[in-house]
Amino acid sequence: MAIPYEFGYQKPATLQEAIALLAEHDKNARILAGGTDLVNELKQGFRVPEILIDIKGITELKNIQLVDDQLEIGALVTFSEILHSKILHDNAYILFEAAGLVASNGVRNRATMVGNICSAVACMDSASPLLVHDAVIHLISSQGERNVPIQKWFDDNRKTTIRPNELVTHVSIPIPKVKYAGAYQKMMRYSGEDLSQANVGVLLFADNTVHVAFGSVGPIPKRSPKIENLLKAKGLSADTIEEAKQMIEKVIAPITDVRASKEYRLHMCKVMFVRALNTAQARIKKPKLITKKLHYEKKCLQSE
Amino acid sequence: MKKNVFSLNDEIRSIYINPNETLLEVLRDKLGVKSPKCGCDSGDCGACTVLIDGKSVRSCLILAIEVDGSTISTLEGISKDGLSPLQKAFHEHNVFQCGYCAPGMILSATELLKKNPHPSEHDIKEAIAGNLCRCTGYIPVIEAILDFTKKD
Repeated sequence: MAIPYEFGYQKPATLQEAIALLAEHDKNARILAGGTDLVNELKQGFRVPEILIDIKGITELKNIQLVDDQLEIGALVTFSEILHSKILHDNAYILFEAAGLVASNGVRNRATMVGNICSAVACMDSASPLLVHDAVIHLISSQGERNVPIQKWFDDNRKTTIRPNELVTHVSIPIPKVKYAGAYQKMMRYSGEDLSQANVGVLLFADNTVHVAFGSVGPIPKRSPKIENLLKAKGLSADTIEEAKQMIEKVIAPITDVRASKEYRLHMCKVMFVRALNTAQARIKKPKLITKKLHYEKKCLQSE
Repeated sequence: MKKNVFSLNDEIRSIYINPNETLLEVLRDKLGVKSPKCGCDSGDCGACTVLIDGKSVRSCLILAIEVDGSTISTLEGISKDGLSPLQKAFHEHNVFQCGYCAPGMILSATELLKKNPHPSEHDIKEAIAGNLCRCTGYIPVIEAILDFTKKD
């Protein structure tokens, strides 16, 4: 299907040029990175832009780096690059794990993690891992820089707190001071490539603090302070985990749609929560466990 | 219209492109390269797969204007001098019936084998995921690639 209307295209070489273009066109501009969501949207004609600003020429947005105790993931980092990053494999395995479950290789070679959270479609895979890691989104505009904690980033399905003249430069993840391990669970109709019907992210710390996030079971992905506080107060005994599992009914309210019913989603969130918690517990004890599934990706890991 | 210059199957091509044209449309309708197919037109089926700088991508989700300066390979390039050894393996295993998914399958396998010459069955499944086949299923594809890597 051809895109039935015309628009301009600019490929700035620097961040400054990109910001100036954004300031000039404001809400009539759209940022183009991987384009896997954007080109579909252009075909459907939801929002007709005046101009696309292709940021792929801005090299400083391509980095994955560890700066002091912060992990930084640039706006142009694709899911394939996440799967080849030793830094992410070693420091934010849950993100690495989720990246491997995004669509298929041909999409991952192009789609960016930042694009995923900017499109903010409810079934995205990046949100739960970033939520449990307390990630921060870094924005820039002609007015200056702004940081938004991921918990305040999502407004609604496909809506974030980004302003029309802003550009996300990178996402940062603070590296916890204590030992930690995460696990991501995604429910799909078939493996290989599918959107999530529901997903759960768990990050477990050595002091038994637990961060839990649920995705694709509401308009926006969410952490659950209720469950986290319960586990913090009562520990990780089988009884408490059962109590937390039952609490899920009160903290999420999934809908029935073409991909799954609300009952199925709710049931599977309970199952996936326990699976993720068990996996995280096993990983925190034996970190080597984590590479079993992604052996091919491990072979290709590169040191940045 | 903007002039784009890129390498297509080892030939330098320069062509005037509108920003609203997808790479798939330009390859098929302006450059006569017909191996990438338009299946779902939304990145799910893999029929439009091409390699950009060696990586498999969905050409229906890329604007042609984005590929300025890139190196693009399609099945036509891979089989320039007759069937490639990988294609011969596919042929021997009767992998395809209608052939619509063939370019995507072969290009995805080409990308995989370049990075990982001895993939496991799991690696192969992961690499060809997102290339939908409605005729023969996926087993012959996996067998052909495994067989090819054993001969190697």
